[in-house]
Amino acid sequence: MKCEDISKELIAYLDRRANSAERRAVEDHLGACAACRARAEDFRKLWSVLDEMPVIEPSVGFDARLRARAGAEPRPRWFGWLVPQPRLAFSMAMLLALGVWMAKLPGTPAPIGTAAQAEQAQQEDFNAIKDLGVLENYDVLTKFDALSELPSLPAAQAERSSGK
Amino acid sequence: MVRSDVQLMLDVKAGDDASFDFLLRKYRSPLVNYLYRMVRDTATAEDLAQEVFLRVYRARKQYVPSAKFTTWLFRIATNLALNSVRDSRYRKLEVALDAPPEEDEAPWELPAPEMRIDEHMIERGRAEFIRRAVGALPEKQRAAVLLHKYEEMDYAEIAKILDCSESALKSLLFRAYENLRVQLAPLVGQPVAHRAEEGRPS
Repeated sequence: MKCEDISKELIAYLDRRANSAERRAVEDHLGACAACRARAEDFRKLWSVLDEMPVIEPSVGFDARLRARAGAEPRPRWFGWLVPQPRLAFSMAMLLALGVWMAKLPGTPAPIGTAAQAEQAQQEDFNAIKDLGVLENYDVLTKFDALSELPSLPAAQAERSSGK
Repeated sequence: MVRSDVQLMLDVKAGDDASFDFLLRKYRSPLVNYLYRMVRDTATAEDLAQEVFLRVYRARKQYVPSAKFTTWLFRIATNLALNSVRDSRYRKLEVALDAPPEEDEAPWELPAPEMRIDEHMIERGRAEFIRRAVGALPEKQRAAVLLHKYEEMDYAEIAKILDCSESALKSLLFRAYENLRVQLAPLVGQPVAHRAEEGRPS
């Protein structure tokens, strides 16, 4: 072990946290290097000097101030579990939208084994749309003023025959 | 039966505020001292300690015991302290750019090497001298020393708090103690500079 290698092992050695191989390597080096031996001795003294570091006490009102601040925090509500997380809510909304969009895609094949049901559904669809043209033009046929001026069918035939 | 910190926190999660009080009484003094040594100001240290406990309280419902409670607590504290120190340094820089320094403003830096160290010690006191030497360390070295020496945490826990590898932490601690050894040479023994002739690195 060289001096630069001891920087990673010396603290653990002095802490008595080095394994036996690391300990032996450090001891071998310290036995041969006076500078590192002096450094190791200084570190031991330094640690006892650092014990003299002044200690402060928290102020008297520390706990009361913290309790007041913690008490002012919003309490969890009993129905809190009903409120979804924003990310979860967004994911569910996106899934729902995707589901609706896919359901509306044309050309969805009828399930096998329900041919009769499909035929019946087709018939219902036809019934629903067969009068659609009439229904669409219903207002035009009943409310278009120009149509009221047309002669009735028998009168028109009489006019046509007299004209001959 | 003595409950572990993790069990206390799980009880807080279940709605037991008395367990939070227990954790507060157990850790308020170590936390305030740690923050005081990091930010070097009593009022700021107390404000930050309050913020640490409040963050723990706010996060109680999401608490999962994936690490030691102290790792979580001191990681929050360290991040807040580092941010505070950087903000403070930035504010001081802004002030320094705008206005000349006030005469009664005591500098935080250690005395220059040529200054007689014993005179300084007589003025400020031995404990204050130690506090200033620790306070003069770079922030990450300071945090590593405080967690190692005063909180007596193991390397794995400190490495998690400082977000580095155990190997990097050991090097960091070595550099920090080497700095302190030089700064506190009058207290540790004879000045390090006088030892240059004693031995040469191999």
